[in-house]
Amino acid sequence: MNNILKISYRNLLRNHRRTLLTASLITLGVVFVLIFTAMAGSFKNYMVGQITDSMLGHLQIHKKGYVASVDNLPLDRNLNEKALEFITNKLDKNEFVSSYSFRIKFGAMFSNFTSTTNIRLNAINPKDEFNTLPSLSSRLKEFKGELKVGEILVPELLAKGMKVKVGDTIVLVANNKSGSVNGINLKIAGIVEQISGPGGRDGYIHMDDAKKVLRIKDLEVSEIVVRLNDVEKLQETIKSLKPITDQRNKMDKPAFEIHTWEKLSPFYNIIKMIDIMNISIQIILISIVLISILNVMIMSVYERIKEIGTIAAMGTPPKTIIKLFLTEGLMLGIFGAVVGSVVSLLIVFGLDAAQITYSFGRQSELILQPTLTFTQIATVSFIVIVISLIASISPAIKASKLDPVEALRSN
Amino acid sequence: MIEAIGLKKVYKTGQIELEVIKDLSLKIDKGEFISFVGPSGSGKSTVLNMLGCLDTPTSGTLTINEVDITKLDKTALANFRGEQIGFIFQSFNLIPVLTVYENIEYPLIMIQNLDEKTRKDRIENLLKEVGMFEQKDKTPDKISGGQMQRVAIARALVTNPKIVFADEPTANLDSVTAHMIIELMKKIQKEHNTTFIFATHDEKIVSNVDRLITLVDGNITSDIKQGVQGE
Repeated sequence: MNNILKISYRNLLRNHRRTLLTASLITLGVVFVLIFTAMAGSFKNYMVGQITDSMLGHLQIHKKGYVASVDNLPLDRNLNEKALEFITNKLDKNEFVSSYSFRIKFGAMFSNFTSTTNIRLNAINPKDEFNTLPSLSSRLKEFKGELKVGEILVPELLAKGMKVKVGDTIVLVANNKSGSVNGINLKIAGIVEQISGPGGRDGYIHMDDAKKVLRIKDLEVSEIVVRLNDVEKLQETIKSLKPITDQRNKMDKPAFEIHTWEKLSPFYNIIKMIDIMNISIQIILISIVLISILNVMIMSVYERIKEIGTIAAMGTPPKTIIKLFLTEGLMLGIFGAVVGSVVSLLIVFGLDAAQITYSFGRQSELILQPTLTFTQIATVSFIVIVISLIASISPAIKASKLDPVEALRSN
Repeated sequence: MIEAIGLKKVYKTGQIELEVIKDLSLKIDKGEFISFVGPSGSGKSTVLNMLGCLDTPTSGTLTINEVDITKLDKTALANFRGEQIGFIFQSFNLIPVLTVYENIEYPLIMIQNLDEKTRKDRIENLLKEVGMFEQKDKTPDKISGGQMQRVAIARALVTNPKIVFADEPTANLDSVTAHMIIELMKKIQKEHNTTFIFATHDEKIVSNVDRLITLVDGNITSDIKQGVQGE
């Protein structure tokens, strides 16, 4: 095998300019794919992190039918004390669950005493919420400490539109479940930076204030936001929480529903599109490698017909001739994959060091932090090497099938 | 050693059939120094290719060292050539990316798969025998035509073949070099008792062979055993 490697290597160096060009093309393709993967991954990770760590959590549990009517923010589909006891009992015992937080979601009128507008609110137990959504605090401007009773966190756009600032007092007016109206004065404790997706423009108040304004006496919540120890184990967790989804109500219908962040966020479709783009770019890379190597190997066979005839005449078996040409293609692929991976890692390192910022929607100053995992590099390299091998098969078989007499006659 | 009975070779080009060799029968013994001669198109190279197992006859039987060549497939033929036959070509056909030493080594590693020590001993002895030991690390583009043919001879002999086929081996050489090459092959034939079979127009070879077979239009017209000039 060493000798085949040696001869193949020298054959590649025979036309070093062409070999270098082909290898460069493959390298460029590998770099292009890996950099795209790293940058798309950075964007994806950031957005997924934002959505799950500051807004949706990894999964949410509701009373059956709540999500279908979430636009109305219904208060008559809340989870009652008995249901909460059942669910929390299961969550507390679940090995995948890290923490959870209760929320009452409702709509209200927001008044600064001169004008009024609508607001969507999440009533929370601050400790649980900040524990379950560790990045929520990073979205809060001019806010220190913990959300207290009598305070409100106002969404950024609404604060601008209503010309209110931290420290101002506002009035919230809301309808309760039975339709009666109640109001409460609250002090603005912070501004919530908006993010894309459902709930990205919601304000926050303390659970006790919500109970007061909605006149809720017993424990009652709209949703339970759950954080997992490992988001990769989302589906395993869903399976492990089957006793909750299997629970039936008095009418013998499912009592609860569990949704993952993927189902709740439209951004998941964007992620899917990024993944499809990634696959498309990999297909382009495969085409580049396939055509480049096929071209080089076919040229190589045509240029060396007499030489192939000579080695065949000397008694080189067809299998060995195939091996010689496959090894040449393989070497080109390995060179492209290795150099491409190293160059990509250097570029990614450079991009990380440069701290490039970008904007997405109304969010700006997002820092691009591309990363490459061993699996990503290994996958792209594996594809390139396998395609190199596949591209060399046809020219190699052609070389092995050459008639020695005809081959020796050629010039 | 070689026994051909009723060999026929027909080439087909579309509807046209061209009978290049017509009913050729001959016997060649071990250690013979023999040449096929004849005008261009007489079928010398075709006979050489068939006897050298590079080409298969359209009909007839060909037995080399008691092996019926016509029954071997492509891989078996390649293995047979690698074990029993050596080739010397008109244009030397050395592998340009390999050095002199590596060109000679090629059949030993790629075909016979011998260990390094055996290879080294055999190659160095042959390099000395053909007078190319000093040039062993040079690539073919750094040596002369005569030197290339010496390397080609060494490469043909390195596998210890029973038969060496040489198609116009001196055609690309000047007369002095050609004479040296013929002398070298003659010496090797005597020392190793290797059968040499040529196809040539070269008078220098013709006057040095033990047996001269003349081909005209695919038929043997004469088969003469001759005393070699100078002997």
